[in-house]
Amino acid sequence: MSVPERSGLSNPANTIRIEALRKSYEESSAADVHYIIKDVDLVVKGGEFFILLGPSGCGKSTLLNIIAGFVAKSGGRLQIDDVEVERPGRDRAVVFQQADSSLFPWLTVRENVEFGLRMKRMPKSARRTISDRFIGMVGLAGHENKFPRELSGGMKQRVQLARVLAGDPAILLMDEPFGALDAMTRRTMQKELVQIWRETHKTVIFVTHDIQEALLLGQRIGIMSVGPSSNVAHVYDNPLPYPRDVGASDFYELYSRIQSHFEE
Amino acid sequence: MKWLTNRKLSVILLWAGVLAIWQLGAWAYGPEVIPSPWSTLLGAKELVADGTLGTYIGISFFRVLVGWSLGSLIAIPVGLAIGKVNVIRIFAEPFLNFVRFIPPIAFITLFLIWFGIGEQSKIALIMYATFFIVVLNTFTGVLAVEEDKLRSARSMGASEWQILLHVIVPATLPYIFTGIRLAMGTSYMAIIGAEMIAANEGVGYLIWNSRLFFRTDWIFVGLLCLGSMGFLTDRLFGLFGRKVLYRYGVVGTTGQR
Repeated sequence: MSVPERSGLSNPANTIRIEALRKSYEESSAADVHYIIKDVDLVVKGGEFFILLGPSGCGKSTLLNIIAGFVAKSGGRLQIDDVEVERPGRDRAVVFQQADSSLFPWLTVRENVEFGLRMKRMPKSARRTISDRFIGMVGLAGHENKFPRELSGGMKQRVQLARVLAGDPAILLMDEPFGALDAMTRRTMQKELVQIWRETHKTVIFVTHDIQEALLLGQRIGIMSVGPSSNVAHVYDNPLPYPRDVGASDFYELYSRIQSHFEE
Repeated sequence: MKWLTNRKLSVILLWAGVLAIWQLGAWAYGPEVIPSPWSTLLGAKELVADGTLGTYIGISFFRVLVGWSLGSLIAIPVGLAIGKVNVIRIFAEPFLNFVRFIPPIAFITLFLIWFGIGEQSKIALIMYATFFIVVLNTFTGVLAVEEDKLRSARSMGASEWQILLHVIVPATLPYIFTGIRLAMGTSYMAIIGAEMIAANEGVGYLIWNSRLFFRTDWIFVGLLCLGSMGFLTDRLFGLFGRKVLYRYGVVGTTGQR
């Protein structure tokens, strides 16, 4: 199995290396095993903003859940800096699609953001400094003592973002985090996410089925083939400078090239 | 018909209607069958005057409170364990679904033999009445905790013990609360049954014993006391839920938001 070259790394640490990864929920000894994803080869460089793009049901969330350590792989390799990933870890944080199911509704915004720090038994004053910083970064200053149920959908996703950033993970795994938001809120959140990524130098793997979102956010876009047994079929570079303009001609050109994949 | 939606007015009207029907029934069938509201009040005065009513209410209340609290205290950790540990659930679930159909009253004789005719047997009966409802609600709540919550806690570095304490327990609180509240109702049913059969004091004993003197008015007093005791404790518990457990999504009294 050939491994893609590690050329032009901006941040050699926190590199995610995936080789011949596959996942099935059936017994692997069965004669006719049905794989959700199969033969996935991918290298995501440290500090990179990588997009996993594909239609619903293509297994991109499964791939993300394996990287997160939530779901066990059935075969192949998955390494972060040459260490095999087996379980969830503080180096990887996940922003879920549904804020309602992932935030803790009995905790305030601040308490949600400080949750991971509290689990580490960090003293209160230190927690407060960190939560203040990231609540400010996601634009929720003044809402610290509200409960999630008092917030809009976009604000809840901001809480999720602040919560994962507070743990200072090297890698952000985002599973269609803006999918449930209205178009205007989504647009704002996309801009701010790019801003936060550039400030914090995290590695981001962002799952989406929205081509425009993929083009607005990512440096590289991995297109997943239609399942079953899907893999990362093509990887596109997106060298357009940030902030990106949806109306620009080179944006449109890239858009149509990627679009053509899904029309076959 | 706008006056119907006025809460206070409609409640007053409802009770006036109930009293009226009660009085009509008393006129129609005579005091041996249905004592009138007034004669019930007189009966109550009698029982209050010689101090029995206060003692009996206190005793029944004490039994329910002790049995119900102890039963809930034991049931919550058991429910959490059943919900959290698959192996335990596989064994416990069929057993629970078998036993929960056996009403507490069916156990009265056995409990008297096992725990004696003193307070223990009554309290044990209330604990039994409480235990299964709270266990079932608790473990249903544990199973209903969203996978995303567990996953996000795990990826933020929480240990399994921390997840239980800081995610599963708070997420399950509304279910536990509902279970405990429902158990209050079955506790009253169980204690009256027990007191009717094997007690010398208590509201159940009053209701049962009054038949010997043909005092239907005392039976009515007993029934009204039971209703009020249940109503009051439920309201207090609901208020506690609304005030103290608000952040966990506990809804206090049904119908009032």
